[in-house]
Amino acid sequence: MNLPKIPLGAAVEVLVSWIEHTLGGFLNWISGGLGFMITGLRDALLILPPPVFVVLAAVAIWFVARRNTRLAVGSALGLLLVWDLQLWDLAMETLALVIASTFFALLIGIPAGILAARSETANRAIKPVLDFMQTMPAFVYLIPAVIFFGLGNVPGMIATIVFAMPPVIRLTALGILQVPGELIELAEAFGTTERQKLVKVQLPLAMPTIMAGVNQCIMMALSMVVIAAMIGARGLGYKVLEGIQRLDIGTGFEAGLAIVIIAIILDRVTQGFAVEQRERP
Amino acid sequence: MDQENQKPKLIIRSLYKIFGTRPATALSLLKKGKSKQEILEETGQTVGLQAIDLDVFDGEVFVVMGLSGSGKSTLLRCLNRLIPPTSGKILLDGIDIASLDEEELREVRRKKLGMVFQNFALLPHRSVIENVAFGLEIQEIPEHERLKKAKQTIEMVGLSGYEESMPDQLSGGMKQRVGLARALANDPDILLMDEAFSALDPIIRAEMQDELIDLQNALNKTIVFVTHDLDEALKIGNRIALMKDGRIIQVGTPEEILTAPADDYVARFVAGVDLTRVLTAEGVMKPPEPIIWLQSGPRVALKLMEEHGISSIFAVTRGKVLMGLIVAEDAVAAAKAKKSLEEILITDIPVTTLETPVHDLIGLVATSQYPVAVVDSCRRLRGVIVRGSLLGALAASDESNEKEGGA
Repeated sequence: MNLPKIPLGAAVEVLVSWIEHTLGGFLNWISGGLGFMITGLRDALLILPPPVFVVLAAVAIWFVARRNTRLAVGSALGLLLVWDLQLWDLAMETLALVIASTFFALLIGIPAGILAARSETANRAIKPVLDFMQTMPAFVYLIPAVIFFGLGNVPGMIATIVFAMPPVIRLTALGILQVPGELIELAEAFGTTERQKLVKVQLPLAMPTIMAGVNQCIMMALSMVVIAAMIGARGLGYKVLEGIQRLDIGTGFEAGLAIVIIAIILDRVTQGFAVEQRERP
Repeated sequence: MDQENQKPKLIIRSLYKIFGTRPATALSLLKKGKSKQEILEETGQTVGLQAIDLDVFDGEVFVVMGLSGSGKSTLLRCLNRLIPPTSGKILLDGIDIASLDEEELREVRRKKLGMVFQNFALLPHRSVIENVAFGLEIQEIPEHERLKKAKQTIEMVGLSGYEESMPDQLSGGMKQRVGLARALANDPDILLMDEAFSALDPIIRAEMQDELIDLQNALNKTIVFVTHDLDEALKIGNRIALMKDGRIIQVGTPEEILTAPADDYVARFVAGVDLTRVLTAEGVMKPPEPIIWLQSGPRVALKLMEEHGISSIFAVTRGKVLMGLIVAEDAVAAAKAKKSLEEILITDIPVTTLETPVHDLIGLVATSQYPVAVVDSCRRLRGVIVRGSLLGALAASDESNEKEGGA
């Protein structure tokens, strides 16, 4: 015997078409803005010829990662390999998507984390949303993104922002809540305003944890940007997808390797930054 | 300290603190005479403080003492409203802290109340000087000025040269000096110290206590000091309030607490105290009788000694100012040779002051062949300590310790 099927799918379709109808203009406006931003960022990354970019990146990494020569040289070699594999343009597009997505994820996530740490009500509202966001398989985000923003880089980026945001919120909140009670008392006993307490005590002390959140965010953004190729996001993910679809193992492997190289560089650099915060002499 | 002539700096009247969601219920039960335990069972509300009445005088070190859970830290935190009191008044220079709005409270916290914390509460991402300048920074005092003030305060607590060090490079004692400097940099009227030295090891701790006393003498701040350590309370407190179950059991000077405990609880609390550290020379000395004028002759001295059955006598001049000691054999010789008392005067004699703890006298009395003279700040002879009187005092204190300890 079959139960009568509740037309949940149909209902969602109705809702979505209603949203599309009423918010269409607004969504188009967002879509245009984000699309412009990604293209601009990609083009900016492509202004420099790859060899110059590689050298500058190596120098920058050397400074950011506290004069870690091995990391700087390794990064340079990795980037040179990406260039050599003729994946440079795609890599820069992926990087542009990661940077833009991370930017928005932090822009929303850090204030949300602060709010969750400071207000029990906000925390109670945000927590189930985070649980929901994190238990959902990454693919599921792609569906509403496609519905609202069609195919291409923008829906990919929207899905990525949503996917990469939870760790930022959680770790920002955690970092603030972990500030020892005595230091909160110190701030209050010396007559801080709420703002002074946040800026001078809570955020500086939460910074290592927040930086761990930033690192997590970047890594998740990178992984999602690759998956987002399924809804037309460009970049290295697209190349991997192409390789899979055509059973072209060579192409898929090369693009995959380029993604791994970028992932390792981003991870090491941001991890180094988090540790540096903690160990300031 | 002469408290009768002083206006209280801080006046606390019927202060209550109930922890829980329905403080009003607990408060009314409390006023009906129910105990803390009964109220906890009936309503689930915890009584933190009950019926606290206190006066703290300008320039005194007021110690609040009790075991953990006695409410001493709650009381301290009510003073700057880190814990908001449930009812009652806290008047600082006539202003009721308990009823200030947020803006006013912030001003009072910034300008009038400094706080020193048990675990130092230094900001780990800031250098020593930045930590000390924290309070001034909160008040938005220009950077140049606040760093100058911070530097002065750092010097005052003896940390010059460590301005740029980070907290994790400092020892515990140094960290608490930073904590103290940070509180002092704001130039507050009242310094709230929460178990400030409890996290330090004993030697550093004693050192910090001495320095606090010195600082207090130099700056004349009003200090409210919370501790669970009776020896610390007796050492630094001008007056001590003893707390138990959120109530004040007794308020008094260290000697009053020790010699006239208000009830069994206080008596048991003070039973373990080493009285030799609390009793002073003034408490165990005998009246300086007889004494002799330096201007009179050896025969008078001999006669006085004979009458009182003693072998030496203190010689004084006008105003009872101590000049030295005359011993019997010298006086006999002087009487034969017709010498004056001045010629046989022994000036190299043991002398102590009224405030010296008995503990420090024991060695002096044991090694000296002469009685110890007790003089005041003008070197007037106020009393005499001989071996017998010292041993008597110690025996009496031991006896009372045993009695109270066994109660």
